[in-house]
Amino acid sequence: MRELSLHFLDIITNSIKADAKNIRFYIIVKDNVLNMEIIDDGKGMSEEFLEKVVDPFKTTRTTRNIGMGIPLLKQAAEAAGGKFKIESTLGKGTTVKASFILKHIDRAPLGNLADALIPVISENFDFFMHYEVDGEIFIFDTKEIKKMLDGVPIDSQEILAYLNGYLADNIKNINGGKIL
Amino acid sequence: MKSIEEIMAIRDKMKAQISNRDNADDSTETRIVVGLATCGIAAGAVPVFNAFVEEVQKRNLENVRVVRSGCLGMCKLEPMVEVFVPGEEKVTYVYITPDKVKKIMDDHIEKGKVCSEFLIQEA
Repeated sequence: MRELSLHFLDIITNSIKADAKNIRFYIIVKDNVLNMEIIDDGKGMSEEFLEKVVDPFKTTRTTRNIGMGIPLLKQAAEAAGGKFKIESTLGKGTTVKASFILKHIDRAPLGNLADALIPVISENFDFFMHYEVDGEIFIFDTKEIKKMLDGVPIDSQEILAYLNGYLADNIKNINGGKIL
Repeated sequence: MKSIEEIMAIRDKMKAQISNRDNADDSTETRIVVGLATCGIAAGAVPVFNAFVEEVQKRNLENVRVVRSGCLGMCKLEPMVEVFVPGEEKVTYVYITPDKVKKIMDDHIEKGKVCSEFLIQEA
């Protein structure tokens, strides 16, 4: 994948597939490191499966034995001088952490994070994002937005189109001219 | 810069539309399904998804929904899009790009004419 945003979207869709009701997504850029963390309260994985989860030929999918999302993220982090970690408890949820050295020549660009997040905004679960660059913070919380919408579905096309611009503006503002 | 308070105005406009639709039959809804598993994401399905959202919103099509799905089964043909029009057979488009979205919206969604050039072609 060409952009880190797409890797992150891919991992967030794993949380959705695991029936998570709350997904928390953190991006913190500080001291030349981009740290990413996704925490969900989905069904989690057994210890046995967790040991094999970075193997591209292991998946929860029953149709075929290929699952590339996690191995690709691990590879992208390690290629950029960073680290990858996954923790999971069956029945409680999963946490995925990855870090990337910002100025590493092999780090993929963050890319269009707003575009990548729009497909995962849904009435069916809550999504929280903490986006931080050099101490400047932007919080995006669909639980709060749903309260404001007062019954209008957050995943209706008008709202999604608006939120794309809202996310893009605020992320750009927090980046403060930096191209991540 | 867009602020979240602006969403209130959209909400109020939509509430009126929703109450107008309360008596409408859900089976009249057209669904545009974009495959967003690892294969679709890597092949470029995110801009395709957002292009459909933008076109549906611009055209003010109340009975059309753009939704995400997992792997649609033929990874090498991604980005793939399935269109479900009520009362008609499912149509599967392959190798879709944001440039092709407008034509699918113009011809298929608005006029009911399938874009045969974007279907799986015979070898």
